[in-house]
Amino acid sequence: MVITGLGLVYLRNLFAVVMLSGIFTLTAAMLYVAMDAVDVAFTEAAVGAGISTILMLGTLALTTREEKVARRWHPGALLMVLVTGGILVYGTLDMPHYGDPGAPAHKHVAPRYINESGKEIGVPNIVTSVLASYRGYDTLGETTVIFTAAIGVLALLGRRRRKHGDKSQDGVKSNDDEEQSTI
Amino acid sequence: MMDRSPIIRVVSKLLVAPILLFALYVQFHGDFGPGGGFQAGVIFGAAFILYALIYGTATARKVMPSWVCRLLLASGVLLFSGVGVAGILMGGKYLDYSVLAHEPTHGQHLGILLVELGVGITVAAAMITIFFLYAGRGRDE
Repeated sequence: MVITGLGLVYLRNLFAVVMLSGIFTLTAAMLYVAMDAVDVAFTEAAVGAGISTILMLGTLALTTREEKVARRWHPGALLMVLVTGGILVYGTLDMPHYGDPGAPAHKHVAPRYINESGKEIGVPNIVTSVLASYRGYDTLGETTVIFTAAIGVLALLGRRRRKHGDKSQDGVKSNDDEEQSTI
Repeated sequence: MMDRSPIIRVVSKLLVAPILLFALYVQFHGDFGPGGGFQAGVIFGAAFILYALIYGTATARKVMPSWVCRLLLASGVLLFSGVGVAGILMGGKYLDYSVLAHEPTHGQHLGILLVELGVGITVAAAMITIFFLYAGRGRDE
């Protein structure tokens, strides 16, 4: 993962960068599988490696393939990155070890989920029962976020295309035209 | 986009149906194994995106016209929140599935199934919408 990350920074060809970020995501997904988080790995592989790559390629097709080289030296930027990175690393220092049963995350509601969800929900996959039932509000929110994202893209890209296609008609258009020119 | 090599066209045509089937499997088997609405929606959308990549967006849009896409986009969220409202109407709290059937666990089963279906529909429609918009723009300009 570190090698792919460095490659991402140094490469100038954006096509290769997109491919490398896909590889990075797949490696992350394998890491999740190794940590027994299959649901997360599944999502990571499908969304991160699959859909993101396709959307990035679509964007590349609209813009350019080569990154513009900026050769200016920014000491302030380097300092900022180092400080932020240092704070993040410092934050991980007092995190509990991986698999530590005394970790705060394993003390609060997790025992109830693991012990009782079989009786309360009756669904073998605990991840599903937590996601859809115990944390139903969160999932509803996430779905709304995705809905909003799609609506936003529709409003931004769909409208511009409509204007583009209807210039000759003085902005007056029938319902059918509108239907065809937006997705 | 139709001048792709015949191998790609035939293989993609063979693959689309299994991908859709796999998406449905992930959708409805989410209770028992890894998977659920999000993953199923993405896989379902990926099948359409593959089809659109090979055969062009115009052909894919015949299968999934814009109004169907928008309808599905909204109906997924509506299904999710509708299940919540149904919980209130049947004497429980919002998003409390236990009251949906005679036995609490059956109600939870039903509720989770419907909710995941709502998530899957919205995610799939969102993916398809966003991809069509991107791809359609590239072709026009």
